[in-house]
Amino acid sequence: MSTTHAPAGIRETTEGTVYDVTGGDWDELAAHAAKSDDERIIVNMGPQHPSTHGVLRLILEIDGETVTEARCGIGYLHTGIEKNLEYRTWTQGTTFVTRMDYLTPFFNETAYCLGVERLLGIEDEVPDRANVIRVLLMELNRLSSHLVAIATGGMELGATTVMIFGFRDRELVLDLFELITGLRMNHAYIRPGGLSQDIPPGTVDALREFIKKMRKNLPEYDALATGNPVFKARLQDIGYLDLAGCMALGATGPILRSAGLPHDLRKAQPYCGYDTYDFDVPTVDTCDSYGRFLVRLEEMRQSLRIIEQCVDRLEPGPVMVEDKKIAWPAQLALGPDGLGNSLDHIKNIMGTSMEALIHHFKLVTEGFRVPPGEAYAAVESPKGELGVHVVSDGGTRPYRVHFRDPSFTNLQSMAAMCEGGQVADVIVAVASIDPVMGGVDR
Amino acid sequence: MNNGNPPKEPDRPKGPNENDPTQRGEESLPVPQGDPGEVIDVRRGMFGARNGGDTSGYGGLVRTVRLPGATPRPYGGWFDEVADELEGALEEQGLDPEQVIERTVVDRGELTFHIAREHLPRTARILRDDPALRFELCTGVSGVHYPGDQGRELHAVYHLRSITHNRLIRMEVSAPDADPHVPSIVDIYPTNDWHERETYDFFGLIFDGHPALTRIIMPDDWQGFPQRKDYPLGGIPVEYKGAQIPAPDQRRSYT
Repeated sequence: MSTTHAPAGIRETTEGTVYDVTGGDWDELAAHAAKSDDERIIVNMGPQHPSTHGVLRLILEIDGETVTEARCGIGYLHTGIEKNLEYRTWTQGTTFVTRMDYLTPFFNETAYCLGVERLLGIEDEVPDRANVIRVLLMELNRLSSHLVAIATGGMELGATTVMIFGFRDRELVLDLFELITGLRMNHAYIRPGGLSQDIPPGTVDALREFIKKMRKNLPEYDALATGNPVFKARLQDIGYLDLAGCMALGATGPILRSAGLPHDLRKAQPYCGYDTYDFDVPTVDTCDSYGRFLVRLEEMRQSLRIIEQCVDRLEPGPVMVEDKKIAWPAQLALGPDGLGNSLDHIKNIMGTSMEALIHHFKLVTEGFRVPPGEAYAAVESPKGELGVHVVSDGGTRPYRVHFRDPSFTNLQSMAAMCEGGQVADVIVAVASIDPVMGGVDR
Repeated sequence: MNNGNPPKEPDRPKGPNENDPTQRGEESLPVPQGDPGEVIDVRRGMFGARNGGDTSGYGGLVRTVRLPGATPRPYGGWFDEVADELEGALEEQGLDPEQVIERTVVDRGELTFHIAREHLPRTARILRDDPALRFELCTGVSGVHYPGDQGRELHAVYHLRSITHNRLIRMEVSAPDADPHVPSIVDIYPTNDWHERETYDFFGLIFDGHPALTRIIMPDDWQGFPQRKDYPLGGIPVEYKGAQIPAPDQRRSYT
């Protein structure tokens, strides 16, 4: 290193002195900062990986302990999923979208598939069983997402018991996902037209067992946190955003419902047969982090109610549309070497039917064509309105897919929630937004 | 096609009339109704890439890609009510609805207003504030790039939700590649702040009036706009025995 440089970690710029906290002597830095009487400093919080939110950078201008300005730096988790989708078939798209907001894979998949199904005009042909399983998986997913929100939110406050409990229960949900789809995350299980395969035997028993366990476990969060004076003192009146702020900033989901508006797409614009389930949309009118916690807790109870109704409704039947031009040709079956195309199907395409072989090959390599046009499908994800704008040019691949991820929109309200508050409360406010950067950056 | 001029038919391969599908058995073809749609591209062949000889026999295929065109009245359901209210409110403000709304499309149960870009902010304000419309929630903007749509290459698509009336509409504006400007509606829907930055970042659409239109997802010093269809994908040239693996957009594919 050349000797003409300033001491490591301190640089003079046109914007003022910049202290680089990587490397350098902290005592030296502190002494240098103390020399100037200006209390106003800009702190880069991150880019780091706070809990499981993803890599987020908060840029805070602070005066003493008060945050005077707050900004987000995002983009660290950008993987170009929307662009990649344009070079894969419509079916392969599900493997990409499931990775966007990795805590809500089934919502991404369902929203995308609803969009594709609308373009294809097969919305009404999706079999009942497929819809029931979609709802079942989405509600299980809502549970696991809210559990992570509460768990990591607790951990960021130092309430590690809440974190341990949350991840313990999330594990139960992930076990169910693994049983049903074979994977804990990134399932690509919901496909345009239905599901990739039926649920395996033993799922219903496992679900009933799970419901029983969750009925016992959910009240523990109440006992631990809801009435806890320390927890309340940290959350109440923090991250305040009222209804007008929510509407202006486009905030949806628990943030909007904590401002008192019972807006839930499952009730307002039902999809997948949500109008036939019995559940309530909880709201509070505190507009703060504590209210959001209460809303999430109550939504988990409601999700459990829906899951119970789904289990009772699982009637045997197909899980894919009948149209052989769209439905995946092979149902998967468990063989001695793992999950794969069923032996019967292999025997048919390799031994008896040349046409079936051609059909299988064409559909798997080329995919199906989707008539030109555009569609918007939206689902109520645990974070809010997850919208998908899909455009087709009549080809076998999407022309454009845009995800309106609720985390992306909700994270904008960070500044409105944090400015004027304390530095320590920034953490609480961001945790109450529950942003997942995989969804924000896509 | 621009401003309601009739869409220009793409050049078809010239040949004797009996070989031309448009001349033969015309009575058996469905009668085109109203606007034939927005031509966004003319594709030739079947496999995209044109590097190398065509041995498939599909090389002569010509396909015109059209998005659904304007829909005549009535639109059905509450669509007419929204359209009437919007037209009425525009007239009240001294604007000619025919100039503002280039085209109204009803497709797959969704209502789309194609708005002339210079009138976007006023239209958005009416949609938000008019008590009979009340689209309080904007779900952001999605860009789409149609390089084959002459003079209307870049589209900005807005989805507006009315919680009061439980409705959803789509507003679409377009700008040519040569002049990629669209007025910002951040002052009407502040939620569009990040969304417009994202669309600028990926499509190069400049939202005039945005308070700080900078890149949001891509690095600040990134060159080019990655979601445009003509953005080179690059790829990694993996060489195997003298052959190179082409980038995804250079490969043969079903078009």
